[in-house]
Amino acid sequence: MENLVQEAIQNVNFQAIMPSLVLCVFGMVILMVSVFSKRGSTTHVAWLSIVALVVTGFVALTGWNNPQAGFAGSVLFDNFATFFSMICIIAAALTILMSDDYLKREGYPVSEYYPLILFTTAGAMWMASGTDLMTIFLGLEVLSVSLYVLAGFFRNQVRSNEAGLKYFFLGAFSTGFLLYGVALLYGVTGTTKLEGIAAYVRANPESAMNTMFIAGGALLLIGFLFKVAAAPFHMWTPDVYQGAPTPITAFMSAGPKAAAFAALMRVSIVGLDGLQSELTSMFWILAVLTMTVGNFIALSQKDLKRMLAYSSISHAGYAMVGLVAWNEIGHSAILFYMLVYTFMNMGAFAVLVLIGKKGENNLTLEGIAGLGYKKPVLGIVLTIFLFSLMGLPPTAGFTAKFYIFAGAIEAGYIWLAVLGVLNSAVSLYYYLRVMVQMYFKDPEEDFAWVSINTPVAISIVISVVGVLYLGIFPNSLMNLAKLAGF
Amino acid sequence: MADYLLSMMTFFPLLGILILLFLPRDNGGLLKGFTLAVSLITFAISLPLAFDNVFTTSGGMHYREFYQWINIGDFFQMNYNIGIDGISLWLVMLTTFITPITILSTWNAVEKNIKGFMVMLLLLETGMLGAFISLDLFLFYVFWELMLIPMYFLIGIWGGKNRIYAAVKFFIYTAVGSLLMLVAIIFVYYYAQQSGTITNGFGIQELYKLDLPYNAQFWLFLAFGFSFAIKVPMFPLHTWLPDAHTEAPTAGSVILAAVLLKMGTYGYVRFAMPLFPDALPTFIPFLAFLSVVGIIYGSLVAMMQEDIKKLVAYSSVAHLGFVMLGVFALNLQGLAGGMIQMVNHGISTGALFLIVGFLYERRHTRLITEFGGIATKMPIFATIFMIILFSSIGLPGTNGFVGEFLALMGAFQGGLRWYAVFATTGVILAAIYMLWVYQRVMFGKVTNPKNENLEDLSVREIIIMLPLLLFVFWIGIYPNTFFSKMNPAMEQMLIQMGANPVAVVEMHQPAAVEHAVDHAETQTEHK
Repeated sequence: MENLVQEAIQNVNFQAIMPSLVLCVFGMVILMVSVFSKRGSTTHVAWLSIVALVVTGFVALTGWNNPQAGFAGSVLFDNFATFFSMICIIAAALTILMSDDYLKREGYPVSEYYPLILFTTAGAMWMASGTDLMTIFLGLEVLSVSLYVLAGFFRNQVRSNEAGLKYFFLGAFSTGFLLYGVALLYGVTGTTKLEGIAAYVRANPESAMNTMFIAGGALLLIGFLFKVAAAPFHMWTPDVYQGAPTPITAFMSAGPKAAAFAALMRVSIVGLDGLQSELTSMFWILAVLTMTVGNFIALSQKDLKRMLAYSSISHAGYAMVGLVAWNEIGHSAILFYMLVYTFMNMGAFAVLVLIGKKGENNLTLEGIAGLGYKKPVLGIVLTIFLFSLMGLPPTAGFTAKFYIFAGAIEAGYIWLAVLGVLNSAVSLYYYLRVMVQMYFKDPEEDFAWVSINTPVAISIVISVVGVLYLGIFPNSLMNLAKLAGF
Repeated sequence: MADYLLSMMTFFPLLGILILLFLPRDNGGLLKGFTLAVSLITFAISLPLAFDNVFTTSGGMHYREFYQWINIGDFFQMNYNIGIDGISLWLVMLTTFITPITILSTWNAVEKNIKGFMVMLLLLETGMLGAFISLDLFLFYVFWELMLIPMYFLIGIWGGKNRIYAAVKFFIYTAVGSLLMLVAIIFVYYYAQQSGTITNGFGIQELYKLDLPYNAQFWLFLAFGFSFAIKVPMFPLHTWLPDAHTEAPTAGSVILAAVLLKMGTYGYVRFAMPLFPDALPTFIPFLAFLSVVGIIYGSLVAMMQEDIKKLVAYSSVAHLGFVMLGVFALNLQGLAGGMIQMVNHGISTGALFLIVGFLYERRHTRLITEFGGIATKMPIFATIFMIILFSSIGLPGTNGFVGEFLALMGAFQGGLRWYAVFATTGVILAAIYMLWVYQRVMFGKVTNPKNENLEDLSVREIIIMLPLLLFVFWIGIYPNTFFSKMNPAMEQMLIQMGANPVAVVEMHQPAAVEHAVDHAETQTEHK
């Protein structure tokens, strides 16, 4: 017994969970701070959360080229986890920057909002660093529960309530699937560790064809695919994205999605290695389905948040192409893609945060007519983000798509790449429609209510710089993604 | 200085944009003047290229610049790899030459958001120049797509009534083609990497040496060719062009006709044909057929237009058919004709669009029936219009004759005999529709009272037209200035396309031909 305890203590390596630990401690401290703050004053809490994220970022960076395994092999904070953690931290920081004024405008200056974002990020980091299905599940739950609350944060708004509830119900279902999958896999292999599952399959190759094993793997993946918002598990996305507070929508489309991709990647590549050929054909179908569904439905959307929700579905499809490729290039490309997507999508949402009126009923295509003339700077930056989402040079959206399709073509999936670029062509139309409204239509409103405040401006500037820098000089980060990939 | 000439030329307009952004928004004169200065300096930077005799002796790439840009180890590597040879030389010169002219032409035409307009023009110039000098497929693709964005806004913001439709159509048509080309570019890269013989799978000079199997060449040519065919545009992918031309502001139309369409033809000469020469015999009959259809169809449709600008737009389709036919002849006459016709088309169609613009600025209509008898009111205009018209028809002594004649002769000698026969009807049709429109607009009595008080061209407008007229006659009378610098590069290119440049018997540079023959022989021995 004593030996067991000793061993357990030796196996614990706090270094492996240090970033999320730091973030959680900060989160709890900030919760306490907000309790003792005056009602309605949230600005200092927001800045404190930014500090927390910056500190966490530095702590997380210590994991680069310095992999830390801990908790008897259920956590591994390696380059891969570091990269995804940084994406989530950036996403969270951008979210917080665009939130403060927004919350005040919408009438919910409640400081619990910020710690919830921090907890979500901590959960995302566990997902990215988990090497045991239980750790990953734990991260997923921490992330999800916080997000359910955040999605329904505007408790007097019907749409926000709908978003929270819908997300919760469907999320709970998907978690059920996931747990079922874990149970079945455990039943076959006797372990929940990814390495252990892979080792078992290597030792007993016939078990990979075991119905229970396949069913377990499938159920497990459904759980992640739900979070990624891959078709046909995307049904929740439009309603939730439209109803949730806009910064949270932006956050969901970047941070948690990246974390879900991290988990999906690690589980597929490390744990379900034995099912590679089955998985690639499954991802092939899902990738095409996801981008096609996302793009074609986005064509008919009039609400900008809803349109970006469908666009976010299609981008999950593009990223999934990297999983089909199942080679080094493809895997690293997903990392780079998620980083780029974070900048371009959150930048676009930040502009929406600024131009929305209270209640955000004006965030429609017609609502932004002539924006480019009334608010030229906002018009230009939104244009840059849209070009990036289209995947046009010289923006990061192009280099990211290039990276992804390079992986697919290197692996011989030419038709997949062709379908991918044709999908991009479809997507041009709905992104162009936004620009048509902004520049080719005469302004109907004066956009006088738009006031650009410093935090949002910072988040937009970071996003623009990210999009252009990674578009013109992608070298350094592509190399980092290479080092972080599998 | 000469080491960085191409980069300076390409990115100088971009530098201009950076300064332009900080100039006051409502001082239109300053914005226009500044942009004009930037484009003139760009022209001045590029001018030494035109006088450099290195192009007459060597067909290789000059003014090379090579830097590593993206290097992801064994994943992929892209380089900032640029250079210029006799084939791109005149297209680059055309670009830097035509841009100041278009800026000058917009002096009174553009009123809203002048700053944005000027930014777009300069951005377009950078994109066009970059595309002509790129020797790296990835870099080329970046510039190629970069051109889309400013053109989209030029049509969409400053265009006519139906501008949104035209802008979106233009954008989607061209983007679809280029996206497929992107897949092909990546495929070529990995094929080259895996073949092991090539270290730089995006560098076209290395890729020229790549021996791809026929099957791959077939599909790759299809992807590249499709993309370029949209841009040219070749029948039946041309439908975006009349819309874009008609709706675009004058400056946009001029640049679109003068330079942007050349991207497609240039793409064939530089990329699609020399990279995938084995696929050429399969595609040439088909492409030549489409070129001839384009010539005849474009001419016939042009004849029936009521809008002068639409007429010029359809005549573009026909003229580019001549270019393509010459290029597909795969001999020196044909290629020379095609290449010089690219420049000619830039000059004469650009000038025609300017002329339409002059009329439109005066009357705010482009319907032929609204005019009549203008010649008596605007004699200078009438003269210039007449000269440009002859150049467009291809009257001997003007530039159009040289290009069309060589292109047709090349096609006739190069196994496209019957295509050439049918294409020649295009010359006749061009005379018909051009002279007919001239007659209806310029001659007769002034029937429309609104035309009574039309003013003749202003000094500014004459200054715009003079350089164009100069080149109409220069190329028409002494084209050797231009050919002598193109020939060595064209000979090399033909060898690369698997054609035999010896077919050129009576071309201007015997020494160069001999050299090329030697070169061809050593190449065959080598194989």
